[in-house]
Amino acid sequence: MNGVHDMGGMHGFGTVKPEANEPVFHAPWEGRVLAMQRAMSYTGAWNIDMSRAAQEGLPPQVYLGVSYYKRWELGMEQNLLAKGFVSADELAAGHALHPPAPVKRTMTAADISAALTRGQYGRVPTAPARFTIGARVRAKNMHPPTHTRLPRYVRGHVGVIERIQGCHVFPDTVAIGAGENPQWLYTVVFDGRDLWGEGADPTVKVSVEAFEPYLESA
Amino acid sequence: MAPHDHEHDHGHGSELSEMQLRVRALETILSEKGYIDPAALDLIVEAYETRIGPHNGARAVAKAWADPDFRQRLLANATEAVGSLGHVSRVGDHLIAVENTPQRHNMIVCTLCSCYPWEVLGLPPVWYKSAPYRSRAVSDPRGVLADFGVTLPPETEIRVWDSTAETRFMVLPMRPTGTEGWSEERLAALVTRNAMIGTGLPKRPDEIAT
Repeated sequence: MNGVHDMGGMHGFGTVKPEANEPVFHAPWEGRVLAMQRAMSYTGAWNIDMSRAAQEGLPPQVYLGVSYYKRWELGMEQNLLAKGFVSADELAAGHALHPPAPVKRTMTAADISAALTRGQYGRVPTAPARFTIGARVRAKNMHPPTHTRLPRYVRGHVGVIERIQGCHVFPDTVAIGAGENPQWLYTVVFDGRDLWGEGADPTVKVSVEAFEPYLESA
Repeated sequence: MAPHDHEHDHGHGSELSEMQLRVRALETILSEKGYIDPAALDLIVEAYETRIGPHNGARAVAKAWADPDFRQRLLANATEAVGSLGHVSRVGDHLIAVENTPQRHNMIVCTLCSCYPWEVLGLPPVWYKSAPYRSRAVSDPRGVLADFGVTLPPETEIRVWDSTAETRFMVLPMRPTGTEGWSEERLAALVTRNAMIGTGLPKRPDEIAT
């Protein structure tokens, strides 16, 4: 999706403003949102790419206008509604009004260790990798209206395969409920001047992690 | 309550009371439906506030500085190497450590959202998730470094890693001079979070109280 979340190379956002002695959370509700998101993922209600897709699907002015954890909360509400776990009248009432939808499991205090462990996204490959280290590849000029992890700023540009990261769950399909569809994942390095023009800093190189379907031989 | 219970205004201050109510309502609904257990939520929040933070990454960096074998292991397979330190939560798949050298400086970003090596650095700071960083880190990394007060030699290669998949990156910064013979514990005190993201450098020995 060509959304405002895909920010690489955009102008106008100003300078980076680090905060001295920044707390982990700026308000207690932020921590609750993070933990609720973790707990709902644990139930199998949705996967990480569905979470990302829900946020990316927020109207651009909303995406840019709210804080990070509010964006999480809005995305979570979208998924809860869309997947039938909560209904709009319940959100309005602030209480459960209908029987729950079935979930695979509920996270309890005893499950915290598992909950704090990152998911495993590597999968056993079913075909050999198409590209080898050192190969020149072009990021496809593709514009899917649904979730993808190929940023716009590399599309159409030629880079070099630097690392082969194994075979991974494919975000583009798992985000829309079309299966894990594992794909080879590569680190592809681009020259800064190729991405940003002749006047760009010649010492800059930028890599993205690109799934095989995003790439073609160059 | 947490020490940050007072209201910070990050341009979204008016969200606070609205969001407190909205999030409390959502937690009530999800609890009543049996999807979540608030006691489990408490433990997740507590873990990120107290146990999972950049001190874990700093320990790995300090060990890599002090122990050449561990450095090799970290660069070859950071998941395995960091996992062997046995802290906090297990590290998921595909943690990758990238090494700064006199010729190359590495910087980590997620232009699409906020991907970040939580297990070794904790939750990302607000600036890492902000539009200014996400937009400029890939197109003007030296300008971003200047925002952090960092200037590198003009000939140093700047390598930006955009975390666009489930691989996660941390920077292994260069060991500061004047630290020969230091213990891992002393070295770890020099390792800042930003040094492991690539928007900062480790502290010099004269910057810490010894």
